[in-house]
Amino acid sequence: MLSEYFSAVDFLVLKPVILLTLFGVGVMLTDLLLEERHRYLSAVTALVGLGFAGVQMWMIQSQMRQAEVNELEAFRGAVRLDHFGIFFFWIFLISSAIAILLAIRYLEIEQEHHGEYYALILFATVGMILLAIGTDLITLFVSLELMVISVYILTGFLRRDRRSNEAALKYLLLGAFSTGILAYGMSLLYGLSNSTNLEEIAFAISQRPAGDPVVLLAVITVATGLFFKVGAVPFHQWLPDAYEGAPTSITAFMSVGPKAAAFAFLLRMFMLPLGPAREQWLPLLIGVAVATMTLGNLAAVSQSNVKRLLAYSAISHVGYILLGLVSGNDTGLKGIAIYLLVYAFMNMGAFAVVVAMRRRDLIGDEIDDMAGLMYKSPTAAVLMMIFLLSLAGIPPTAGFLGKYFIFLSLIESQHFTLAVIAVLYVAVALYYYFRIVAVMFMREPVDWELPTLAPGIRIALGVTAAMTLIIGLYPEPFIQIVSRTVLP
Amino acid sequence: MSPLMVLFALAKIVVILLVLLTVVAYAVWFERKLLAHMQCRWGPTRVGPHGLLQPLADAIKLLTKEDLTPSEVFPLVYLLAPFLSLVTALLAFAVIPFGPETRVGGMDLFQIADLDIGVLFILSVSSMGVYGIALAGWSSNSKYSLLGGLRSSAQMISYELAIGLSIIGVLLLTGSLSLRAIVENQAGAYWGFLPRWNIIPQFAGFVCFLVAAIAETNRLPFDLPEAETELVAGYHTEYSSMKFGMFFMAEYANMVTASCLATLLFFGGWHGPVFGPAILQALLPLLWFSLKVLFFLFLYVWIRATLPRFRYDQLMAFGWKFLVPLALGNLVVTSLVLAIRWS
Amino acid sequence: MYQLLFFVFAGAAVGFAINLLLQRHPIHSALSLIGVMASLASLYLMLGAEFIAAAQIIVYAGAIMVLFVFVIMLLNAGEEERTQRSRFAKYLGLPLILLLVTSMAAVIYRQVPQDAMVRFGDFPGRTADIGRRLFLNYLLPFEVVSIVILVAIIGTVVLARKDSETEGPGKAVVSEK
Repeated sequence: MLSEYFSAVDFLVLKPVILLTLFGVGVMLTDLLLEERHRYLSAVTALVGLGFAGVQMWMIQSQMRQAEVNELEAFRGAVRLDHFGIFFFWIFLISSAIAILLAIRYLEIEQEHHGEYYALILFATVGMILLAIGTDLITLFVSLELMVISVYILTGFLRRDRRSNEAALKYLLLGAFSTGILAYGMSLLYGLSNSTNLEEIAFAISQRPAGDPVVLLAVITVATGLFFKVGAVPFHQWLPDAYEGAPTSITAFMSVGPKAAAFAFLLRMFMLPLGPAREQWLPLLIGVAVATMTLGNLAAVSQSNVKRLLAYSAISHVGYILLGLVSGNDTGLKGIAIYLLVYAFMNMGAFAVVVAMRRRDLIGDEIDDMAGLMYKSPTAAVLMMIFLLSLAGIPPTAGFLGKYFIFLSLIESQHFTLAVIAVLYVAVALYYYFRIVAVMFMREPVDWELPTLAPGIRIALGVTAAMTLIIGLYPEPFIQIVSRTVLP
Repeated sequence: MSPLMVLFALAKIVVILLVLLTVVAYAVWFERKLLAHMQCRWGPTRVGPHGLLQPLADAIKLLTKEDLTPSEVFPLVYLLAPFLSLVTALLAFAVIPFGPETRVGGMDLFQIADLDIGVLFILSVSSMGVYGIALAGWSSNSKYSLLGGLRSSAQMISYELAIGLSIIGVLLLTGSLSLRAIVENQAGAYWGFLPRWNIIPQFAGFVCFLVAAIAETNRLPFDLPEAETELVAGYHTEYSSMKFGMFFMAEYANMVTASCLATLLFFGGWHGPVFGPAILQALLPLLWFSLKVLFFLFLYVWIRATLPRFRYDQLMAFGWKFLVPLALGNLVVTSLVLAIRWS
Repeated sequence: MYQLLFFVFAGAAVGFAINLLLQRHPIHSALSLIGVMASLASLYLMLGAEFIAAAQIIVYAGAIMVLFVFVIMLLNAGEEERTQRSRFAKYLGLPLILLLVTSMAAVIYRQVPQDAMVRFGDFPGRTADIGRRLFLNYLLPFEVVSIVILVAIIGTVVLARKDSETEGPGKAVVSEK
């Protein structure tokens, strides 16, 4: 119908993405017509766009079920919509929706309420989705750029805040540098295989002799770029500053959406084109994972700023997730998927409470600002405790599930030392998460400014808390979903 | 390549350069004379009949004048700028075909090189030409020069966009970037009498191209980089002797290039009625080509004599808010029509 | 002949790149960068990628770098002031970088078979080939790039816009007119 070169399937697979792009442009156009006090309508428009994309994906999924196909390939192998990609699609949708909900009141307080915020989130979502379903180096690279450029801008969105400016600049410079290294690695992969298709690259690499130094060079450069994007040690320096300086709603967003997208990218690269070279990257990955857990957990102990603390905790979580790839078996990959899903809810929830702490004259992102939250707003305090418990991985909450699968996979694949180290670090994590809890419950409040529990923030808190508990208490359906997403 | 071919190619380059430089010199005379007549003056009359030897006198004057270098300039860049200007201006002629393919011993007579990307080559060379002016303005270390340089770089970037977009319509019709292919595509006539020149289907593109080309060559009414009433002489205020002469030559060479390009892209290049004996048949296309180029040179002078200079903000607004949308609209319509015709 | 030209242009590219770092004045650095771009374009041309070469000149040397030069001129940026440079970088970083570069070069030179190397002029770089690739095989990334550019424009506008009079503590910015 479209032409002799492209079919209806190409169009079908891209429908959600096209919808999001159109809504992104639409938000910017309608925002011009809105008065300052009606800006929240832009947020509503963006949410509607996300909703449409979700419905569209739901329809595609049901069509796929009916036709009994597991994957749709489109645009001459540029993208492949499989269960892996669909799973990540939903994570992105959730994180974008929550980032929009959190932002409405927050940006008003910061006096930077512009429609571009919502448009950029939608464009970043487009990039993330394509990153998760892309199977071609060029598509992946371009989508990665779309995602990170949107996030650079969002990081610097508070133009009058020096921390925000610094964060954006630092993130941009380091990000551009790491992208350069990644592009170099990709060029090596292309040179080795004369193809940009991931599967053809995998085939070409499997034909090379074991321990081939060129493959090693490609692995190191590609891995460096990818590790930077997920924020693994030693490429983590940008992360605490960017998380601290960015608007809190964006910190929440980038700790979940773009990070999950980077992990989707990383998994695709390590499982497909670099898969045959597993012997070569395994020691590298183990070193990075252990270093990441160590540094993240130890540095988090001494933080006095909640956003910074959560940033270091985010680094430590990256370490745990990478362990799933170290074991590399089905349990491990399932573990990664469920970890990312759970992490989306609990981390966004925790940041939602931090967003609520921003009040008219109070920045509220120091741990001391949390003092006596129990007396001011018991709901916020209790929810924060649930999120922190979940982040630490304590049983009735969802966080336990993710860690459980990762540890199980480590034991299954005979990495006992790693399993012990990982469990030990949970104890460290408990210590610093409980510092926040202690301040909230034990200390007297310094001021009586109540947290801003605007409707958007309430919805976000409700959804995240509910999901954190539901996944923790009744995990079967989620484990089922996840077990289909495992990449070959 | 055999040594003979290399020799032939070199000879061709030398001949074309000589012809071009003569044309440039007489373009100055042509302009002065024409402008004078339009303003009821005589123009140059003293050197030779009708002042025909005036260009020669000018050249001698420029060569023998003292070459001043102001003390506060940035020497290397100051020296580099005029060369850059002139070289890029002359380089564009490497791909301009003056007549139909006429091979003598396997070498084409009327074109130095028929590149597959001819149009792009001219665009890229002319885009490098900005540096000559911008760097001259900056390295002179004088406020008038700097303002001229700033204006020219902003102006040329803006209008380059319009030029590129306006040409794409022609490229779509032809399906090639080679200038020779573009001209050959314009052979024949509509309904037996109307020449199949691109100006007919691409009138909007032509208007856009013409205006942008005038701006790109820094000619009136867009000569803000050297607006003498406000900036003394703009970017070349601090230049003297032959260095100034090089800027001067570059400007006129650019005019000739723009006229050639307009002829090739929109006015059917060398196409025209061809008749008579074989030797005439070979030479007539050259004549038609020269006449058309001359027409555009005349147009340049005519416009200069007629229109006053724009204000700077008007210039930018005109470029971005009128020309670029016009070129884009032309592009959309052209591709739509072509898509419908093909399907 | 081709090999000689290759070394000339490759050497020029590297030389300009090093000069870019050593120069103190931003304009000289910018000019060196233009030199790098032009040398790269020549290399592309030798490979037979005429379109890419022209695009490289038009886009990088002709458009982007003109903006660089424009901004440097507009700000009237002077020579950079060199602070005491890190000794750590000098005595440890430089040798390490040289080691890295030589080992990478050695690996690529030794391990990639001769017949897998690119030969001069056999690159399918004619305009029509590029167009076919771009609009068939790589249509999706091509379209995504347009969104990337849109996002970049939005970003510039968002981050560089003036404060309006009605909103924000930035009211102190008095209208300049």
